[in-house]
Amino acid sequence: MAVMSRPAVLMIVMLAASVASLFAALLSGPFPISALQVLDSLLYPVPGLVHDVIWGLRAPRAAAAFAVGGLLALAGALLQVLLRNALADPYVLGISGGAAFGALLALAAGAGAAMMNAAAFAGALVAIAVVFGLSFRAGDWDVYRLLLTGVVLAAGFSALVSLALVMAPDAQVKGMLFWLMGDLAYAGSPAAAWIVLVVTGGIAVAHAVRLDLLALGELKAHALGLAVKPLQIAIFVAAALATVAAVLLAGSVGFVGLMVPHAVRLMGVTAHRWLLPLAMLLGAAFLTTADTAARTLFAPQQLPVGVLTALIGVPVMLVLLGRSRARV
Amino acid sequence: MLACSGLTLAVPGRVLARAIGFEVRGGEIWAVLGANGSGKTTLVHALAGLAPAPAGTVTLDGAPLASCGSAERAASIGVLLQQEEADYWGSALDYVLLGRFPRARSWFGWSAGDEAAARAALAAVGLDAFAARGYRTLSGGERQRARIAQLLAQEPRALLLDEPLQHLDLRHQVAVLRLVSGLAREHGRAVVMVLHDALWPARFCSHALLLYGDGAVEAGAAADLLGRERLERLYGCPLREIESDGRKFFAPV
Repeated sequence: MAVMSRPAVLMIVMLAASVASLFAALLSGPFPISALQVLDSLLYPVPGLVHDVIWGLRAPRAAAAFAVGGLLALAGALLQVLLRNALADPYVLGISGGAAFGALLALAAGAGAAMMNAAAFAGALVAIAVVFGLSFRAGDWDVYRLLLTGVVLAAGFSALVSLALVMAPDAQVKGMLFWLMGDLAYAGSPAAAWIVLVVTGGIAVAHAVRLDLLALGELKAHALGLAVKPLQIAIFVAAALATVAAVLLAGSVGFVGLMVPHAVRLMGVTAHRWLLPLAMLLGAAFLTTADTAARTLFAPQQLPVGVLTALIGVPVMLVLLGRSRARV
Repeated sequence: MLACSGLTLAVPGRVLARAIGFEVRGGEIWAVLGANGSGKTTLVHALAGLAPAPAGTVTLDGAPLASCGSAERAASIGVLLQQEEADYWGSALDYVLLGRFPRARSWFGWSAGDEAAARAALAAVGLDAFAARGYRTLSGGERQRARIAQLLAQEPRALLLDEPLQHLDLRHQVAVLRLVSGLAREHGRAVVMVLHDALWPARFCSHALLLYGDGAVEAGAAADLLGRERLERLYGCPLREIESDGRKFFAPV
């Protein structure tokens, strides 16, 4: 019998973890529903209270958390290759900064959820246009300039966000903080995020070998026959799309995009055809679990999930780091 | 097979060589010699289509290289770069497999044929026992051999080697040069290699290209060009001529 490769085993583990995290999200909450009832409601949807709680409240939120986690991990992994920088995360290019500033302006103006989303989207688009426009002048594309432009822009937005926090009336500051730390309580429909996740994730996995080549450096990738610039632009667009889709649902959830790809690498997977799907599943399962904890740990008090991702993620990462040093 | 004409090599602020013209045919091995900073690497990059020269054309089988797509070019021309910018985190086998990119036809991962080619390439440089080792854990010389294996797995018709012998011990220097001359003589590949040693070209190369760094260039048969006067001018240092088995070698005085 053939022994399964390590990434294939990890894939099964991650798939199982994903299903478990989604099931736990459906099971947990102030309204007691047994595992059997959850299964029953999933398999034979019959209108009723249990059905409404699961299909109306918990399932959409779990689906949103799952998609956001996958999107952030995908964007992080893509940007780490594009910028060839281990510290790159979905927020390094200022996209979330633009979205945050837009959302906070709308919040301060007392706008509703739809208006806030539109403003966040507009802010993100402005940031993307500025970063892309400045680093892709006259056909001359430089990844180093892309990184610097993004970091500078992010710093600018961060100052504007601080300004908005100081100027806003006290009553609104808490809502703003939740948005900034990342929160799924007011997440809208996750359908768009799922489409972005499946489409960009699928395309990225189909081109994974190209990412492996790009990780060797631009000149080397070019020497091996890769059309480098079109690929870099495609990665930028894919990462920007994934980031925007995630930020619009959940605000700026930290830690997932930076650390999940590294966690997968620490498990010994480096080829992107495995790294990308594993990172997406791990990020999705991780954020779903973190969100379940965020809404149940101190119920009825809800925590912003961005706080939980770091609180749970940091010890796990430290253990992984310690373990892998012993192995290498 | 691979030819250039009117090629100018320049770095910002300085012209290194003017009007270079030569053709490398299958079966020939060209040595590119010159002092530090004389434009050897710039020439390799220009011939490989990685960085277009300010003037002149490079042609592959008569067609301009500039009109060639990246994948098409890499299927014919393989380059061993002098330096690689990034660490590679996967295994030595995975690293060599990346050389199959211009030939790969499979959607997910690599085909059995790709893996067979990569393993054969590792064996050719004596790294068959290192396939599963992390590339990062290899020594400098082992990495250099893994990079040569990657080039072999690419199966190009023209091989451009920028300092193929760096980091290699004497035994592996000879092994690599034998491997390369076998590819040229038995498989009709065209080879251009940048060498730093005045010892090897006389033994392994059919042709030579001398870059004097001041704009002057000479290209021709190795037997005509590899004399003491030219090499002394090229390197700017006095040389001693040693004769052994009817061959002339040069060493610093």
